[in-house]
Amino acid sequence: MTPAVEVNQVKKRFGTLIALEGIDLKIDQGEFFALLGPNGAGKTTLIHILAGLTLASSGTARVMGHDVVTGYQEARRLLGVVPQELVFDPFFTVRETLVIQSGYYGLKKNDSWIDEIIHRLDLTEKANTNMRALSGGMKRRVLVAQALVHKPPVIVLDEPTAGVDVELRQGLWRFIQELNKDGHTIVLTTHYLDEAEVLCNRVAMLKQGKIVALDTTQNLINSISGISLRLRLSPGPMPVTLEPLVRSRSEGYCTLTVKEYSEIEQVLGALRKAQLRVLEMKLMQPDLEEVFVKIVGSKSDQDRL
Amino acid sequence: MTGFYTLLHKEVQRFWKVSLQTILAPMLTTLLYLLIFSHVLEEHVQIYPGVAYTVFLIPGLVMMSVLQNAFANSSSSLIQSRVTGNIVFVLLAPLSHREIFMAYVLASVVRAGVVGIGVYLVTWCFFDVPLRSLPWVLLFSLLGSALLGTLGIIAGIWAEKFDQLAAFQNFIILPLTFLSGVFYSIHSLPAFWQGLSQLNPFFYMIDGFRYGFFGVSDVSPYLSFGIVVICFMAVSWLTLRMLKTGYKLRH
Repeated sequence: MTPAVEVNQVKKRFGTLIALEGIDLKIDQGEFFALLGPNGAGKTTLIHILAGLTLASSGTARVMGHDVVTGYQEARRLLGVVPQELVFDPFFTVRETLVIQSGYYGLKKNDSWIDEIIHRLDLTEKANTNMRALSGGMKRRVLVAQALVHKPPVIVLDEPTAGVDVELRQGLWRFIQELNKDGHTIVLTTHYLDEAEVLCNRVAMLKQGKIVALDTTQNLINSISGISLRLRLSPGPMPVTLEPLVRSRSEGYCTLTVKEYSEIEQVLGALRKAQLRVLEMKLMQPDLEEVFVKIVGSKSDQDRL
Repeated sequence: MTGFYTLLHKEVQRFWKVSLQTILAPMLTTLLYLLIFSHVLEEHVQIYPGVAYTVFLIPGLVMMSVLQNAFANSSSSLIQSRVTGNIVFVLLAPLSHREIFMAYVLASVVRAGVVGIGVYLVTWCFFDVPLRSLPWVLLFSLLGSALLGTLGIIAGIWAEKFDQLAAFQNFIILPLTFLSGVFYSIHSLPAFWQGLSQLNPFFYMIDGFRYGFFGVSDVSPYLSFGIVVICFMAVSWLTLRMLKTGYKLRH
């Protein structure tokens, strides 16, 4: 089966800045795939190369087997992109926007599908409202609708839930999951690692223009052994026997890693002996966020970069 | 062709929805020029024998508004789309560079035509302007507006900010139109300035257009036609290349 997305040795330079350093990536049809990484890692650049918004310095990219440069018209027909920025054309209403977008893809009689996406994205009441008058969340829904007007088999969402309220976020994911069940390939970038963990079957992590991890979500999580124990303790020195277990300390919290649940008892015993009181305790299973922190660096890197 | 037609339709709707600013305002400006210049100069100047100055002025002013509005349409649409970011919807679609080119140029031609016809009709109510040859009038207005619409695409893509576009308009387009013989015949100029005027492609557009009305012009309309066609082809070639390579549009 032709891969939905195939990227071979794609490099991208902006002047002296190297945005992508030889990316190889294959995403099969029907996958729900996440591109994760700190800001500036190259996620959006990679998406823009697939969409033809950016031209790769070298290497090739294909969508459903069509080269994004030499076969750009076919490649673009098979791809729907939800851009990261909240962009809109202030001259038109929601419905006009969708009719125009259909026309760009050569579709003249697309009204029944437009009605359906308007309905499924809960835009019915706003269908004849000018884009300017919509809230941010509503504009985001229209962007999703615009990416779907031509029923593309491959859908790319660049941070679709940034700045979106919880209710819309859930509704949006439900819709995207349905599309995935119907056979659409979904590629997304997000900063919400919990969302990626629940939704995506496979994950690529990018750092400084390179893929540093590429595996199924489950394999990545399984790669972390042990259970995390997050504690807030009364003041006092930590017993020496526990020091090797400490993984991190921040803002009064101390995180320890234990291999098995039975070790927790020993930890608590050592604390009692040292006369340290446990003020707060939380047990944490390994999750994608932990994998991310381990592979890419601390989560706060995301905000700093 | 649906893609091209949709983009053309969208571009026409864009200016039509704000026609107070894109059609009526330039019409008013042009009519004010006519009112003031004809009042000041009517009794002092006669350029072509037997043609009143105001009547001489009308075709030039019509053409000037045609050219300026053709340029304004494509350039302002593109810079707005680029600054606000919604150009992405055009760039994501499977539109070819030729389709994008034709849609923006034709939308400019349509707006220029609406403004030009509007100005002409208003003046027609008050003045008796002869119309010797409609084909020449149509030919030069279509070619001229297509040329300026194309220049507008270049400016709209080249400019990063609104003030750079304004500079392009104020320091290149405006002087070239004003010095092209809208308000005078270049035969009234000293030899040096006459020679310089003949290097201005806008002169040939105005001169050829005016020939269609009076059957008189500073140079042969065939020469003007040839020069305008060559300019249009050169500028179109450059614009198509810019669109094809994605200059400043696809980074």
